[in-house]
Amino acid sequence: MLRIKNLEAGYGPLKVLRKVSLHIDPGEIVTVIGANGAGKTTLLKTVSGLLAPRGGEILFERNTIRKVSAERIVSLGCSLVPEGRQLFAPMTVRENLILGACVQYRRRRHGEVTEDMDRVFGLFPRLREREDQLAGTLSGGEQQMLAIGRALLSRPRMLLLDEPSMGLAPRMVREIFTHIMHLRKEFGLTILLVEQNARGALGVADRGYVLETGRMVLQGPSGELLSNKNVQRAYLGWSSEESA
Amino acid sequence: MFWEAERECMNREELEQLQFERLQSTLNRIYSHVPFYRKKFDALGILPEDIGSLADFSRLPFTAKEDLRKSYPYGFFAVPLREVVRIHASSGTTGAATVVGYTQNDVRIWSNLTARILTMGGVTKDDVVQIAFGYGLFTGGFGLHYGAERIGASVIPASSGNTLRQIKIMMDFKTTALISTPSYAMLVAETIREQGIPLAALSLKYGLFGAEPWSERTRREIQENLGITATDNYGLSEIIGPGVSGECREQNGLHINEDHFLVEVVDPETLRPMPEGETGELVITSLTKEAFPMIRYRTRDLTSLLPGHCPCGRTLRRMARVRERTDDMLIVKGVNVFPSQIESILFEIEGTEPHYQIVIEREGALDEVTVLVEVGETIFFDQMRRQRDMMENIRKRLAQELGISVEVKLVERKTIARTEGKAQRVIDNRRL
Repeated sequence: MLRIKNLEAGYGPLKVLRKVSLHIDPGEIVTVIGANGAGKTTLLKTVSGLLAPRGGEILFERNTIRKVSAERIVSLGCSLVPEGRQLFAPMTVRENLILGACVQYRRRRHGEVTEDMDRVFGLFPRLREREDQLAGTLSGGEQQMLAIGRALLSRPRMLLLDEPSMGLAPRMVREIFTHIMHLRKEFGLTILLVEQNARGALGVADRGYVLETGRMVLQGPSGELLSNKNVQRAYLGWSSEESA
Repeated sequence: MFWEAERECMNREELEQLQFERLQSTLNRIYSHVPFYRKKFDALGILPEDIGSLADFSRLPFTAKEDLRKSYPYGFFAVPLREVVRIHASSGTTGAATVVGYTQNDVRIWSNLTARILTMGGVTKDDVVQIAFGYGLFTGGFGLHYGAERIGASVIPASSGNTLRQIKIMMDFKTTALISTPSYAMLVAETIREQGIPLAALSLKYGLFGAEPWSERTRREIQENLGITATDNYGLSEIIGPGVSGECREQNGLHINEDHFLVEVVDPETLRPMPEGETGELVITSLTKEAFPMIRYRTRDLTSLLPGHCPCGRTLRRMARVRERTDDMLIVKGVNVFPSQIESILFEIEGTEPHYQIVIEREGALDEVTVLVEVGETIFFDQMRRQRDMMENIRKRLAQELGISVEVKLVERKTIARTEGKAQRVIDNRRL
């Protein structure tokens, strides 16, 4: 579905991604875990076309999207749920969702938008209850649901999720991860999930990659990464004595 | 039957992406954790990120057995010892031992890979698997043991030795699969015949043999004498142990677990890659090992990568059976001789047994080679003429093939010492 080879990206003199390669097969949930500053957000920004790569290849469904614009990538079926939600706070829940459907509007499929909105409300009933409320007044978890819902309205086949659990209460974090599993089951989505919450992310992902200072240092099925001592120490907060 | 069809039958393009991703992270890890590699890379002016494709790979340095010996015992470990759950050591067939380590994940992956090999050879969860490899520092016993357990077979950790007891276990426990060296399987077959045990008393169906070179003729003998399908498998402790490659029941070369190991075949002298189908030294890079990753390890085993597809459906490339090692090569009277050349000639000659030994002496400045060949009883009871003709025949054929003259001695069956581990084919008494 998505194949990245030797991706290089950065800001000014700063090299952030140093030849990163990864792939996601259709229907997979794959996570990239790493510390703050490892390059996770840069990776998603580059894939979604918000940042131009300096080298490497990005293939989405076998076609290169390296020089494709961000809005075109969305209409190809790959949507980003950005870090920190990036909602339009003074607009209502409904208006935020409609903004996500602008690709559909351009295709003049107005009727389908209402249908899609119903599906999002089906997934997140709490958003229906708050349909006319301003996005800025929602709780963190609700805002995250809205950000995901907005991305779903572009009818993606693949979703890029940037730290969906950030800043949420522990109970809400669990709920968001459960929703991610539902997204695959009910919307047939392929998901690339970037997370600092390694335990939660590896709990829902099929496979994972570990990104350290812009380099992939480890990868494998989630179970394998969870039992890797380095991952445990660096990302799961275990000391080796505890895990022994 | 596949153990992991989605991997073993993977589309080549996807496999290459996976190999490349795994290679990149292996390089990133060894560069920061193994001083030997960091120094080598720095000396060559390469950073892990300079390797942008599988083709760039040939810029990386080789690792030789000598390098491992110099780093005895833990110099090549890429993780702290507290993350290592298992330590093995190479059998030291040819020199000092080398020490290898495994993390929990390494052991898990290893079991999975030997499970693939066992499945290729026919083993299923319904089998009773007798492992007659040594359990201990040698990787053979434990490696295949864990794989057989993973499959869900009933595993008998018989270990090596005590052939009569092995055969009793085989009969009483209704063993269906034997795991050992091929020479041990020959010894078992011979003992069964001597004891007058009918094949019907055994339940054996499969044999998976490895850890030493063997020939097609030995395979035929083992298959006939034990009534089994015999397959070859290959591995070495420096890479992981058994689990690197194995034959499926097509018996046409060993499928390499390429999603975990990147293989090359190079000319042992020039170190340039050999074209597909041509024999050279096997060089292996591990792609998933955590504790003991290896970059371009020179195995000193000679093989070739086989062209074409296997009818079994696996897309994993195949290597030819390893018949000899670069360091098996004998220099006799200035001529390069591989024991396998002698073996293949003996096996073409009617009446010889698959046991032989090559003895080299030095008389003054001259090398004398004597090949001891076991022959069936009938030849000894028969006329002297036939014996002489046979000796003459072998001598001539060997001289033709090797370009040097050798002495041939016919000996009775069981004259040559049988081993429970790796067979000793060459006795070099020269003081060089």
